[in-house]
Amino acid sequence: MKRSHEPIFWSLFGAGGVLSALVAPILIFITGIIAPIGLWMPEEALAYSRVLGFAHHWIGKLLVLAVISLFLFHAVHRIYHGLHDIGVHAGTGAMVAAYGSAVLGTAIAAWLLFTVGF
Amino acid sequence: MASVKTYVRPMQGWWRRNPYFVRYMIREGSSVFLAIYAVILLVGLFRLTQGEAAWEAWRAALTNPISLIFHWLALATVGYHAYTWWKVAPKTAPDLRLGGKPLPEMVITGGGFLATLGASALIYVIVRWM
Repeated sequence: MKRSHEPIFWSLFGAGGVLSALVAPILIFITGIIAPIGLWMPEEALAYSRVLGFAHHWIGKLLVLAVISLFLFHAVHRIYHGLHDIGVHAGTGAMVAAYGSAVLGTAIAAWLLFTVGF
Repeated sequence: MASVKTYVRPMQGWWRRNPYFVRYMIREGSSVFLAIYAVILLVGLFRLTQGEAAWEAWRAALTNPISLIFHWLALATVGYHAYTWWKVAPKTAPDLRLGGKPLPEMVITGGGFLATLGASALIYVIVRWM
């Protein structure tokens, strides 16, 4: 019997589900709402030098990569399986597009974290 | 031959017929917001590699009202995802036992809620003051 790839994608979906349940609401709130409108978050909190320093550190790199990659793997798994719910009969092409875009996003993030310097 | 007219139940708008399905669709729909948010962060990382002016342009773009509306919707739906994630955790988590007895569902779900609150407070403090 052909081995299923489902355990791999389900694990990434689950990891992304846990990570997003833990940190996604506060990250969205900080980077997308309170920092842009300058409420409860000073301008310099997300200053260039500060965020660059975070991205230079290996812990920062790991956190940024985990957030972007696992959020994507969690999301594409749900979107792919949800296609049926909105009347789209997804085939192999949709599956490749879904998981492929998460792989691509992960690769781009890794590349950018490398080029941003150390 | 006469064409067969078998009744096929229409599925158009099926999820609007029952509040349970509406909640299901909101939960699954949160993933669209989460994916877009991940892409926004990815773009931010790209702008960061381009230098200070590019980074500040990315930050300025986030003050656009459309961006703010998106992030409020993302906060609401992804927040709902977080709630449902811990709600079903007693059924999806591995069999957790304490002294031979399974952990009560309330402890697992409550622990998840506390973990989210703790992580949120920690991140806020680090971003703002550290």
